[in-house]
Amino acid sequence: MTATDHVQAPAPAAPTRKRARDRVRPVLFIAKKVLSLVATLFVASLAVFFSRFLVPGDPARFLLRGRSPKPEALEEITRQFGLDKPAWEQYLNWLGGILHGDWGRSLTYRQDVSDVLLGRLPTTLQLVALAAVFITVLGLFAGIVASLNKGFGDRFILITLTAAGAVPPFVAAIALVALFSVGLGWFPSFGSGDGGWDRIWHLTLPALALGITYIAMVARVTRSSMNEQLLREHVEVATSRGLTRGSVVARHVLRNAMGPILTVSGVLVAGLLVSSAIIERTFGLSGIGQLLVQSIDRLDFGVVQAIVMVVVAAFVLVNTVVDLVQPLIDPRIAAGTESR
Amino acid sequence: MTLAIHLPQAGLRRYGSLLSPMAWGALAVAAVVVLLSLFAPVLAPYDPDYVDLNNVLAGPGGQHLLGTDALGRDLLSRLMHGGRTSLLGPTIVVIGSTVLGLLLGLVAGWSEGWLGKVLGRLFDLLFAFPALLMAMLAIALFGKGLFAPILAMTIAYVPYVARLAQSLVVAERSRPYVQAYRVLGFRTPWVVLGRVLPNLIPTVGAQSTLNFGYVLADLAALSFIGLGVQPPTSDWGAMIEESRGALLGGHILPAFWPALVVVLVVVAVNVIGEELSDRIGGKLS
Repeated sequence: MTATDHVQAPAPAAPTRKRARDRVRPVLFIAKKVLSLVATLFVASLAVFFSRFLVPGDPARFLLRGRSPKPEALEEITRQFGLDKPAWEQYLNWLGGILHGDWGRSLTYRQDVSDVLLGRLPTTLQLVALAAVFITVLGLFAGIVASLNKGFGDRFILITLTAAGAVPPFVAAIALVALFSVGLGWFPSFGSGDGGWDRIWHLTLPALALGITYIAMVARVTRSSMNEQLLREHVEVATSRGLTRGSVVARHVLRNAMGPILTVSGVLVAGLLVSSAIIERTFGLSGIGQLLVQSIDRLDFGVVQAIVMVVVAAFVLVNTVVDLVQPLIDPRIAAGTESR
Repeated sequence: MTLAIHLPQAGLRRYGSLLSPMAWGALAVAAVVVLLSLFAPVLAPYDPDYVDLNNVLAGPGGQHLLGTDALGRDLLSRLMHGGRTSLLGPTIVVIGSTVLGLLLGLVAGWSEGWLGKVLGRLFDLLFAFPALLMAMLAIALFGKGLFAPILAMTIAYVPYVARLAQSLVVAERSRPYVQAYRVLGFRTPWVVLGRVLPNLIPTVGAQSTLNFGYVLADLAALSFIGLGVQPPTSDWGAMIEESRGALLGGHILPAFWPALVVVLVVVAVNVIGEELSDRIGGKLS
């Protein structure tokens, strides 16, 4: 007895240290991800800001392209953008302004860029949200159905998905308008409606057009991810225990298949925001995307810069959130150890 | 259970078994579109920009095989000439991004030190800029047309190729043949360019093929919203934009043909690209 006591005495120290490390590890993991987020955003802001310096010639004249380059106007723009100061000071002023909510002034609207953006934001967010709903519901549904029906059903859905995935959003928009607006007259082809159900009615076609590529993508990822899970032993065990097919799929297949589906969602959000530029213009929705196209058209570079920054930030942010949520869904991706 | 034994077939039959019927179909579609576009000046029945206001929105058949648009221009001729601009852009982007991506990927994969890490970070950063967004930023800087988006998308697609090449090079580096060349004292550039690079080509080629479809769709979208190819130059995306008025009036065909061609080409390219990557994946596993 005493002998074993002697041997066991130093043992408790190790678990304590391990527990301490386990407690620190998630914090380190989160800190690392947040740090990487800030670093990426910082470098991205450098790229977006200094892109203007790629254009040769007088920056004041570049910013005033297409407008009367009167001496007063040139002076005003020089003062507003601090063009007479060194480049790094211009950058710091710009970055400081962005962090404090001062995004500069729009040349076209003669308003603060932040006000212009905020006015347009709701339409874009509603459009993207509705598209996300379609993508989740239709994509998951098609993927699950394809995975559970071997043979003809699977092949049919797979071929449909390959075709749907190859339809660019603007072609989908035109096709949907031709079929449901001009042909059947079920949905409007223009404008964003009055809010409430009317808004959703107006946004249905744009959201479908926006989402079609990603519906196909999510469906394909769901299908292959589920096919992989269906062959696993734990699914066989669950089935042989006599669980119903529905609960096996929901609890043992779909849950494990969520990882890859979640991974693509970062790409998805950025893609939706960018493609919304084309869709909003096609359907006459006054959101951020249409603002981006209009600002390029009207040579309003400050607004373009701001929107590019917003989209990049959204992409990086969503990717970080996905990285942080991943371990909660799949504990095998334990915080800090990403080996599976 | 039957035991399947794979033996390479002799002669030309090997190439026949290399592709599935679907891939052959895709290849045929792509070839027809490319040839029709390439020889448009010879083959096109009409001048693509000839306006015939007496023959507006004519149906298919008769004098105009696919009909005419709202200005009476022959749709088939415009499609064929439009293919030249619509296919040229993605071709330049894919060649440019593949060459640049391969070079950067080789360097990043081969150098173990800081250079590889810095390049890896650079690829990560470029991934944060979606290609279409980068193209729009470039148009805001350098003006409308094809130059700015082609330049921007070449850069935007570099990380897709480079990241793939990097991971492949890392895997190749530890293989016996590379070790053998090193031991025998061959120079690094010779080993990398002469012996490692050829092993990357099939996999990178499959990725670049898929990229072609995405670039084609994005460039067409830019022309569609009026930021890319400018009228009267015919381009598939611009043709769809020009046909919107007719579409709302119930004339579907002028928008339908270019849309169909865009989708057909993108599907064909995707099928070929996926077939290629499946083949390579099958070979490796």
